Amino acid sequence: MFDLLARVFGREESSKTVAKERLRLVLVHDRTSLSPETLEHLKDDLIRVISEYLEIDDHGFRVDVARQDDSMALVANIPVKWVKRPAP
Amino acid sequence: MGEAIVITSGKGGVGKTTTTANLGAALAQAGRKVALVDADIGLRNLDVVMGLENRIVYDLVDVVEGFAKLKNALIKDKRFENLYLLPAAQTRDKTAVSPEQMAELVGRLKDEFDYVLVDSPAGIEQGFRNAVAGADKALVVATPEVSSVRDADRIIGLLEAQEKHKPSLIINRIRPNMVRRGDMMDIDDMIEILAIELLGVVPEDETIVVSTNRGEPAVLNPQSRAGEAYRNITRRLMGEDVPLFKLEEESGFLGRIRKLMGLRG
Repeated sequence: MFDLLARVFGREESSKTVAKERLRLVLVHDRTSLSPETLEHLKDDLIRVISEYLEIDDHGFRVDVARQDDSMALVANIPVKWVKRPAP
Repeated sequence: MGEAIVITSGKGGVGKTTTTANLGAALAQAGRKVALVDADIGLRNLDVVMGLENRIVYDLVDVVEGFAKLKNALIKDKRFENLYLLPAAQTRDKTAVSPEQMAELVGRLKDEFDYVLVDSPAGIEQGFRNAVAGADKALVVATPEVSSVRDADRIIGLLEAQEKHKPSLIINRIRPNMVRRGDMMDIDDMIEILAIELLGVVPEDETIVVSTNRGEPAVLNPQSRAGEAYRNITRRLMGEDVPLFKLEEESGFLGRIRKLMGLRG
């Protein structure tokens, strides 16, 4: 009951959400055979390149590998704060 | 010419053997001629789940090595018109048979039977490669748990790399109450992650333990909800369009109230 109340008031994530999030991360490694470390490098590099053009929110940054039919797709979700004005 | 279907999962203990036994029994009940093949050499179990363990004379390895004729190794299940089991060897290991030999054996069975169901061992090594060797189609069994979904994902990757028919998914042992509470992944969550076609959903059901204790497939028990789910999956396998098992269906007073109030799912 306490669990339920805690969840209703948004203090605790449901265990299903935790399971999905953990699976999402573990499958990125499994599907690409990239180590967590390499993936961090990839993420950092992506952030660095994209930051040259856009102001992004690194906390919301997510990299995913999704299966689409018989191929894989690298899906990056990058929240953009604003577009940088080109230097005059 | 029949169709060979491998039942696989990656992870052990998610219900491959139970699924094989029940789909086989339901196909036979529906009048199809069915051969069940236990490809788990060294750890056979389909015989006990089917209740046929006392009737084994020859096994799969005996047939492959030429010590026994295929028709003498097939055990007829007397409860059905047309259901046969080819048991695995218990005292050998996976290397006793090659994928080529398995493909040849399954090919011979397809000449005689409408459906050849191959129960794969857990894992991704030679036992798995043997089991999928002769199959036209693959069914991946997964339970709504992180470890099972992860292993299923790996198996799906391997099957797709082999350019087999696109595998389809059977979600096993789902608990509607836990799904409702948000403590278990739902059907949609699993399909979203695994991105394959769903063939059916089997609820967690105590009658499965009882039927395994007795060696009688659950589809023989009209009261078993899992048995009902397996009958529906079987009809889909045969090409019928059967709506998905309704997990929300609730009995009892509270269930009816919830339904009235539209508080399902």
